[in-house]
Amino acid sequence: MATFDARMVRGDIAQFNRVINNHPLTYLDSGATTLPPRTVLEAMNRYYELHHANVHRGVYQTAAEATAIYEGAREAVATFINAPGGAEEVVFTKNATEAFNLLAKSWGASQLKSGDVVLLSEMEHHANIVPWFQLRESHGIEVRFIGVGDDFRLDLSNLDELLRGVKLVSLTGMSNVLGTINPIKDLARAAHAAGALIALDGAQSVAHSATDVQDLDVDFLAFSAHKMLGPTGIGVLWARRELLEAMPPFLGGGGMIADVSVNGFTFAPPPARFEAGTPPIAEAAGLLAAVRYMSSLGMANVAAHEADLTADALTRLAGTFGERVRIIGPSNVVDRGGVISLDVQGVHPHDVSQVLDQHGVCIRPGHHCAKPLMKRFGLSATARVSFGPYSLVQDTDALLEALADAVSMFG
Amino acid sequence: MNSLDDLYREIILDHYRTPRNRGELPPPAVRVEGFNPLCGDEIVVHLAVTDGVIADIKLTGQGCSISQASSSLMSAAVKGKSLEQVRAVISSFKQLMTLEESVDQSPANLRSLGEIAALQGVVKFPVRIKCATLAWNTLAQALDELPS
Repeated sequence: MATFDARMVRGDIAQFNRVINNHPLTYLDSGATTLPPRTVLEAMNRYYELHHANVHRGVYQTAAEATAIYEGAREAVATFINAPGGAEEVVFTKNATEAFNLLAKSWGASQLKSGDVVLLSEMEHHANIVPWFQLRESHGIEVRFIGVGDDFRLDLSNLDELLRGVKLVSLTGMSNVLGTINPIKDLARAAHAAGALIALDGAQSVAHSATDVQDLDVDFLAFSAHKMLGPTGIGVLWARRELLEAMPPFLGGGGMIADVSVNGFTFAPPPARFEAGTPPIAEAAGLLAAVRYMSSLGMANVAAHEADLTADALTRLAGTFGERVRIIGPSNVVDRGGVISLDVQGVHPHDVSQVLDQHGVCIRPGHHCAKPLMKRFGLSATARVSFGPYSLVQDTDALLEALADAVSMFG
Repeated sequence: MNSLDDLYREIILDHYRTPRNRGELPPPAVRVEGFNPLCGDEIVVHLAVTDGVIADIKLTGQGCSISQASSSLMSAAVKGKSLEQVRAVISSFKQLMTLEESVDQSPANLRSLGEIAALQGVVKFPVRIKCATLAWNTLAQALDELPS
């Protein structure tokens, strides 16, 4: 049975003991990266101290242990996302960005031809835009976008028309700028009815609510470990087995081959086919610990906690600052996660962030790698606040106090 | 401790709220755009040079207080100056924005810089140096593009 207490999660993270500019650390940048709990760091240390050896093929005991840790992480991820074909459908990458590059450069380049359409949305991260633009240049595919309405949600009014000729729909589960949670299950149904596959960018959504690829009925899922309490340097591309089997290798080298001779090579089955070279083994150990930790919290509990924090923050931001602070995203917590983008009138996001840093409050200014979305709303940047499972109402208290300082300083 | 007051001096906030020399100049004025791709700051410098003197300078763009105030302060500092003097001011400003201890931070030297010395506090916040230098780099590029 999952138990959840945000204060206990916070107690597992040493960084919260830090004092920044004479204030306790207020970390509100989980959308960029989450703070890993001690168990994740211990798992990585344990691997390096006791089990460090290269994975696969080693006959000695520690090599077998390292392989068991690495493959155990694959199993854990498969269970976490409810992969129908199990661990063999989980490919480890460097991060979600690399997962999208693998998708575009292997699946896309082999399965799409000139004139085929990939349908994205205006709220995508550059990681789910640029690889498709590259494929447009190399293969002549068409890249099309679902617009975002004034309500900060996908404009699905002309979806049937947009889906014409589409081979792949690739969408974020939750906007890293707006906090909007997209109706992926409905969109998967629509995509499949139109003969298209659907890829889910889970970078933001996996750490904040349950992700069940069978229930959502998606075909691909990409995410990064470091946005779900895990380490940097490892991410996941999940795909249905038959899709992976049809995909050619992405990078060549050791580990991805079936046979090599002076005349050529044949490649291994998935997932090894896509994991050339020594993989991030310690990071896999950390990811395994993170998945166990998140599962022990219960993803429904995490989602409920973050919804409470978001509702409270939205109400208090509006109540304290009124028109002065515009929220770039849905104003209620229905189908909305714990990412809150602010446009503070008369104070540039970089200046907001600078003043907040003086209060020990960490938020992120900028375009958040979503420039088409920024352009859609006539902005060059926002000041983004984002919650994690360890966030508390006291973080919002500190945010409001620091924000009041920024507003008064700039008049 | 680095105080925010060092960064956001009143003169900087004044130039941010009420930027000087905003606008555009028609050709044959030189027009050069400068960007900080990571943070989105943007400055467009329009430069009219007559007889080796900056007869007029206008700026457009958007960005944080430091980038916009720095561009406004720069425009006031270089307008009416000879190209030689402008190059010297650019060089002095870039010196001011370096972290090297050899830089002359004496009151006399700072006084010689006039209002732009107000940006001195930026060096205590290294991530913001690129905000302050954007306009100056763009101006330097505009000088390079002047027809000879």
